[in-house]
Amino acid sequence: MIEQPRSFAAELAVIGSGMAGFAASVFAVNRKIATALTGNSGAMAYTTGYLDLLGRVDGSLAAVADPWQALEHLRQAQPGHPLSRITTADIRSAFDEITTFLAEGGIAYSRAGACNITALTPAGTLKQTLCVPATMAAGPKALAAKAACVIVDFEGLKGFSGREVVANLGARWPGLVTQRLAFPDMPRGEVYPEVMARALEVPATRRKLAAALKGVAGQAHVIGLPAILGMHRPDQVHADLQRLTGLEIFEIPTMPPSVPGVRLRELLEQALPRKGVTLIPQHKVTRLGFDGDGATLELHDSFGPIRLRVQTVILATGRFLSGGLEAHPDRIREHLLDLPVTQPAGRADWYRERYTDGRGHPIHRAGIEIDAESRPLGQDGRPCSERLFAAGVIVAHQDWIRSRSGAGIAIATAYGAVAAAERYLRESSGRLAARP
Amino acid sequence: MTSAMSTISSSHPASADASTLETEVLIIGGGVTGTGVMRDLALRGIHCVLIDKVDLCAGASGGNHGLLHSGARYVSTDLDAAIECRKESELLKHLAPQCIEATGGLFVGVDGDDPAFAERFPELCRRAAIGCEELTVAEARRLEPHLSDRLVKAYRVADASVDPFHLALANVDHARLINGSIYRSHTELVHFEVIDGEIRSAHCRDRRTHAKLVIRARQVVNAGGAWAMDIAHLAGCTDVDLVYAKGTLLVNHDRMTRHVVNRLRPPGDGDILVPGGTVSLLGTTSTRIEHLDHVGPTVDEIDLIIREGSAMIPALAGARYTRAFSRVRPLLQGAGHAGDRAASRGFALMDHRSQGLTNFCTITGGKLTTFRLMAEKAADLVAGRLGNRQAGTTASVALPIGDAGRWTEPGAAPRQWYALGNPADMILCECEMVPQSAVDQIVAVPPGEAPQQMSIEAISLRSRVGKGPCQGSFCGIRVSSYLYDRGYYRDAAGLAYMRDFFDERFKGQRLVVWGQQAAQMELAEALHCGLFGLDALQAD
Repeated sequence: MIEQPRSFAAELAVIGSGMAGFAASVFAVNRKIATALTGNSGAMAYTTGYLDLLGRVDGSLAAVADPWQALEHLRQAQPGHPLSRITTADIRSAFDEITTFLAEGGIAYSRAGACNITALTPAGTLKQTLCVPATMAAGPKALAAKAACVIVDFEGLKGFSGREVVANLGARWPGLVTQRLAFPDMPRGEVYPEVMARALEVPATRRKLAAALKGVAGQAHVIGLPAILGMHRPDQVHADLQRLTGLEIFEIPTMPPSVPGVRLRELLEQALPRKGVTLIPQHKVTRLGFDGDGATLELHDSFGPIRLRVQTVILATGRFLSGGLEAHPDRIREHLLDLPVTQPAGRADWYRERYTDGRGHPIHRAGIEIDAESRPLGQDGRPCSERLFAAGVIVAHQDWIRSRSGAGIAIATAYGAVAAAERYLRESSGRLAARP
Repeated sequence: MTSAMSTISSSHPASADASTLETEVLIIGGGVTGTGVMRDLALRGIHCVLIDKVDLCAGASGGNHGLLHSGARYVSTDLDAAIECRKESELLKHLAPQCIEATGGLFVGVDGDDPAFAERFPELCRRAAIGCEELTVAEARRLEPHLSDRLVKAYRVADASVDPFHLALANVDHARLINGSIYRSHTELVHFEVIDGEIRSAHCRDRRTHAKLVIRARQVVNAGGAWAMDIAHLAGCTDVDLVYAKGTLLVNHDRMTRHVVNRLRPPGDGDILVPGGTVSLLGTTSTRIEHLDHVGPTVDEIDLIIREGSAMIPALAGARYTRAFSRVRPLLQGAGHAGDRAASRGFALMDHRSQGLTNFCTITGGKLTTFRLMAEKAADLVAGRLGNRQAGTTASVALPIGDAGRWTEPGAAPRQWYALGNPADMILCECEMVPQSAVDQIVAVPPGEAPQQMSIEAISLRSRVGKGPCQGSFCGIRVSSYLYDRGYYRDAAGLAYMRDFFDERFKGQRLVVWGQQAAQMELAEALHCGLFGLDALQAD
């Protein structure tokens, strides 16, 4: 039986539903571009909720306090770095646009400030980030003020230990202590952050937890919890718990897949379609072809084949985790179009000897090349199509892990790619209109 | 018994800043041989201190196929070694069944392999009295469906797989129980004090704390494996003449066969696949090297092993590999010119009398399968020198089934966890199902060790933590978090242990990061470095 493919049309197809793909879709709908978003969004669940811009400069162990200044240095030292290709003003606008969109969807964020925020990790280490969800904001504040604070953890929640946080932070934060609670109404045994988060959407559970929190707060006015404060209305859960306890409360991200990551994914998957985005989630594009009039994407879902006809395409398929790049024993390949990938000479050169080498590994700098208009380059060094743009960490010459710049690269390059796609769409519609 | 032999004093006149440990026999090298000597001597009532500069099985003992040879492997190159293997493997199957899985083995020839060798093989086995049953190609492929359709010949032998970590842990634990013999990890020999043809003391250093330690013993056994020549030099002996053959192995993420599968040809590269627990080990190569530093696999070796292995089992070409590692086989010099494969896999016991020493011996060469025999020969010499007339009993006394090696056995942790049925006992390593209670037990009873804080690496060595597909990237976090939680780790040292554990596991992953492993590695690094900042610990 030959199945008739279902067809969709749009001006822009975004391939990839990680941070870059979602950001590109947000920028596109804000610019009234008819957009379709495809691809597996699994990687979003691995994010912490922190939006990093630039937390470290490659090769340096020192944390970056002022990311805007560090960006200026990056422009000088690494002009080919994806963050060097976007102006500081655009990066700031891009972050503001994203945090505004998220706040409207129910997850309030701190706005991009002049400096990085020193935020907490579940290991009791600290990391530099630019924007944090409102549910996490009191943590960095309490740390800076060395306020008396209780880190609360839960019976049966593994991978998050208040004692671990205190053991590693206590020296610089003398007022930090920890207490353990049983989560209200959970059977004995292992408990899971997602289940706890959903349970806290119920007011009665919040009241019970609030009572327990008051019981262990002692003299402290600040309480830190693993990130479990609701899935769909975290701001409301957070505010309600603060009101019930009279305490300042903050979340610390947990090991992935974590609640803040799932929250972002679910918010975007709901908010974007409401704004008119055609969402074809969890399915990989199997073919992408360009012709004189546009581009065609082919996908399969459980109902059969899908054909997507568009004017422009943003490739935001990520790296190895999301499948944008594939590592083969002999070389690294770009999965969808077999675009040329800038990469180390051979497998022996992919990684340095030491895993945690602060300089990072050459394989991370591998990726596709783009031009000033964010267009991926083909074998001949020219854009492989006027209609194809790229965003996110698939782009070469960056190490988002070592430089703590994953969200920054995703958001900034998505901003650049959407701007370029918009220019193309406008010019081509201008050309169409000018046709006799 | 003689546990009073060991005394620690912190104010020895010779070196005011070092503590002193006294014993009858100091054994250097915590591989299977050194631990075997320890147990053998303890069974004769002799107190020992065993030291290793890293930890148990850090050298060739922990870096091999885990193959208990029937002997068939060596019938064409070394008849004596083949016979030794046959006898020893039969003994160990009876005495230490908890460390052994009687998988059986196949020798398979594929189209293009030398038919003359295949024809001669049963006769070669017969000469060593090694059982060898010819199978039809159809029978062999029924037993092992992954075998190549280009199979032309197959024999079945009594190969098995063995867990060297379990053996070493159980040896040490048994010695501790018998007479309080002591094992110390991370203890490196710095120099010997030699007076009048006798080693009076061994000056050591704890590689983690840098504390000095003087060990006074009446006899010293060098069981340093590939490092035996260096250790002998420290005693002024020049009669240990080893050559080093680097062997590289791959860990395949699946258990692809039930049997050990050997290529039916003279020993060569990439010709043995050994199922071990939930994974398989494929190897090896053999490359002569000059130095013991920076021994690691190369891309060419890995690719060669996969190419050769897939001639027997085509699915190996596209399989998922989680590790590649190299260890050094110490081979005895002067065993011929036909290359290292043909060099003797036999062992040597040197009494060093010709070097003017009366209380020092070296046991080296050999192989995992014959470790018990090697240990017995060394113990015979040492016991005789101490005037102890008791005969060795390791050929008849079974290795006790205790707690020591319990958690190294694949599948043991989940079985016990289900049996106990305690929902509060949470699984920390989800790949290999290692629960909290296993970690509790491991840190509570360091077998034979002086109490010291265990690193994540030390826990991993004593369990299945980090051995699954995630290679520890998640369970390393959970185990350390748990140890903080129970107050075992109390400061930043726990994070450093976590980092060191990941660094150590990575050495084996570095060159096999393709396919799904690349995704796994990216996620791990995002977590370990991007979130936790383990790449910048010292700066914080």
